[in-house]
Amino acid sequence: MLKVHRDICGYCGCCVSVCPEGALELIDAYLCIEKSCTSCGICAKVCPLGALEVVNEK
Amino acid sequence: MKNKYDVLVIGGGPAGALAAKTAVDKGLSACIVEKRPAIGAPVRCAEGIGKEALQEFIDPNPRWISAEMTGAGIVAPDGFLMKLESNLAGNKVGYILDRKIFDRELVWRAAEAGADVAVKTRASSPIIENGYVIGAKVESCGNVMNVTADVVIAADGVESKFSRWCGIDTTVPVREIMSSVQYVLTDIDIDPHSTVFFLGNDVAPEGYLWIFPKGERSANVGIGISGKKSGEGHRAKDYLDRFVKKTFPQGKLIEHIAGGVSVCRPLDCTVGDGLIITGDAARVVDPLTGGGIYNSMYTGRLAAEVAVESIGSGEVSKKALMVYDRTWRASKMGKAIERNYHIKEYLIRLPDTKLNEIIHSVSKINLKEFTTMSLIKEIICINPKLMIELGALAASIR
Repeated sequence: MLKVHRDICGYCGCCVSVCPEGALELIDAYLCIEKSCTSCGICAKVCPLGALEVVNEK
Repeated sequence: MKNKYDVLVIGGGPAGALAAKTAVDKGLSACIVEKRPAIGAPVRCAEGIGKEALQEFIDPNPRWISAEMTGAGIVAPDGFLMKLESNLAGNKVGYILDRKIFDRELVWRAAEAGADVAVKTRASSPIIENGYVIGAKVESCGNVMNVTADVVIAADGVESKFSRWCGIDTTVPVREIMSSVQYVLTDIDIDPHSTVFFLGNDVAPEGYLWIFPKGERSANVGIGISGKKSGEGHRAKDYLDRFVKKTFPQGKLIEHIAGGVSVCRPLDCTVGDGLIITGDAARVVDPLTGGGIYNSMYTGRLAAEVAVESIGSGEVSKKALMVYDRTWRASKMGKAIERNYHIKEYLIRLPDTKLNEIIHSVSKINLKEFTTMSLIKEIICINPKLMIELGALAASIR
């Protein structure tokens, strides 16, 4: 699943623009992840700050 | 905020502000909804704009101009600096804005002209009836209300969701998002009237690093790299930190922002039934420079002009609104986007050695006009074999 490191996130919306599922939404300074997220990791790759991480579900 | 407007504008940046002002100036009612609590912040922009481009919309005012530019420099991958100067020495060629104030000025003007403005108010879904976008559900501080409109103008920026909710695919390809970070640094030694662009695979892969002065000893120092080249340990921030540590070790960081800039082609279609998409949301950023302020103001104004006409004639179908799409594509801006897209695609494939060669060969250019295009023309003039490499594109540049 996709994890947001909120202490790193710059709430810039770069990730939102590349999400093929439209699963991310930036609500002011808070990045929301919707259920349609497939953990593809595209957002984690492009994040300028490294705030997103795909972690294995436990 | 009322329940019904002629035009509902999603987003309070330059595109949204121009759209709302144009609509009310022409006698319609309009409302801007902005999800953030303040217009203009966070900035997320390098803030540069050409002198003429700005003046097409608003007279420059020192209240929101941080610095005036008289020249530019391009630093080759090997560190060689090429200086670009205007034919007229000391002539202003562009400005670095203070977007926090500039954006407010634009929204104030819309508000003064009669537009409603709601901040901390988010359009959370479109209202669609018989395939037409007829408004939006808006949420503000826990209150939810439906706002209907004859035309909705989506001006919701790079992280645009509204048009996607209306069924339009706005996804930016990974290789065509510029993953970006910018610091405002102060107490640094710079040329306060010249922008500087750094190129090279080690500096900013498939992008560039910039210094845009904000005053005598302050500047926006930022970077954009291709999303394709971004990853753990080599993100935009890693490149920028390395540069700043080396170049401005004593600089004081007073602002830290991130962002995404699309350098893809614009959306295939920028209208729908009852819907017009503008600015970064329409992906009309200049793919070569990443500049988007002018393009946003231009498309915002045009969107409202077309909305006014269409509402007046009682026909707001996609077909009627297509005038907007066709007009901007045929405009100087639309043509520049298409041409600069090809130039960008060519340049990002050049190895550093080739870039060095080109930049050395044109070490000092006196530009007749201070535009990206006149620079490209000069480069080709001095390197005629580039014409062959550019192929079909060359014809459009001559």
